[in-house]
Amino acid sequence: MAEAALPHDMPALYEPSLFGTYSKKIGMWLFLLSDSLTFGALLYAYSYGRISTPNWPTPFHSESIVNATVMTAFLLTSSLTMVLAVRAAVDGNVKMQRLWLLATMACGLGFVLLHGREWSKLIAEGLTLPVFPKLPGQETAGEFVNVAKTVPQFPATFFGLTGMHMLHVTLGVVYLGIVALRKNFIPILLLCWLGAWLGTPAYSPFHYAAHVLLVAAIVCSIILWLKPKVYDAADVEVAGLYWHFVDLVWMFIFPLVYLMSAKIL
Amino acid sequence: MDTFQIAIAERVAEQHRHHGKSQFFWVWGALLVMTAIEVYLTYQNMQPVRMLTILMGLSLVKAALIIGYFMHMKYEVSRMKWLTMCSLVACLALMMIFFPDALRILSLGVK
Repeated sequence: MAEAALPHDMPALYEPSLFGTYSKKIGMWLFLLSDSLTFGALLYAYSYGRISTPNWPTPFHSESIVNATVMTAFLLTSSLTMVLAVRAAVDGNVKMQRLWLLATMACGLGFVLLHGREWSKLIAEGLTLPVFPKLPGQETAGEFVNVAKTVPQFPATFFGLTGMHMLHVTLGVVYLGIVALRKNFIPILLLCWLGAWLGTPAYSPFHYAAHVLLVAAIVCSIILWLKPKVYDAADVEVAGLYWHFVDLVWMFIFPLVYLMSAKIL
Repeated sequence: MDTFQIAIAERVAEQHRHHGKSQFFWVWGALLVMTAIEVYLTYQNMQPVRMLTILMGLSLVKAALIIGYFMHMKYEVSRMKWLTMCSLVACLALMMIFFPDALRILSLGVK
């Protein structure tokens, strides 16, 4: 069958794209469509729990609402810097492209750190999952100890939904780091892994979740080793599609999870 | 990418160059303002169903702005727009089949 294969220098033989754009972009859109169904299922599960549970908790004080609002502002700003990175890439301005990508990563990192702080606060107050490590003295103290026992649907859907989103944002930062800095990002990623692993106490779920960064570093190293390349404007645009998607999902999580469960005194 | 793919990518890039940067700042501002409205409404002690309706309405507008402008869907060919968005909305709408069951549990008084 080898002689039947088409040579690559005969573009006229290819059919024009059905969607009027290049394959990478269509591939990313297909991935995002499937990923939206994952988040759709998680959002519906949260909503199902909320509708069917009369004593649904409202654990988010003003401090949490302010924190989540700042996180939202970080993500919205990161979308703006991402779109400016795509524009710089299209204009062939490599320096500005890298700077805007780094700004996007900084906003994403800010989001993850604030989200981590919010999670730690809730866990310290007793809102936890059975799979999380036990905190010293958590059995008796904490505002939400009873919530975790009487309405287990809340911590299950809350941590499931926001955890999945946090994972997406983290991997998005790694993705942008590779596009912006290529192999130079791998040692930075490994330092981040060490910092996150050694800098968090053993009773924190982030102590174990930090290993996601190690796995990401290994996978990225293999990809860069197998296919080393300079990323062009199309690659930046495709990375941008992924980043805007995580922003888009948060636009539904923020009101549905935080604002609808606010404890306003 | 082969030459054909590069030609398409170049055409897409050319489309990008026609859109001014200012529109991205306008969209960003509109998204921030809508977020501020959502947070303001949280402190107004509204009825949950009314509040949910307004919040989801604003979220849909925000999603449309992000998909349309930041993800450039507004500038894609209509076949791409309709096929992707209609299939997504149809799949998400199908998941709503579970909600009557959630309400049924309430009326049954399951503890």
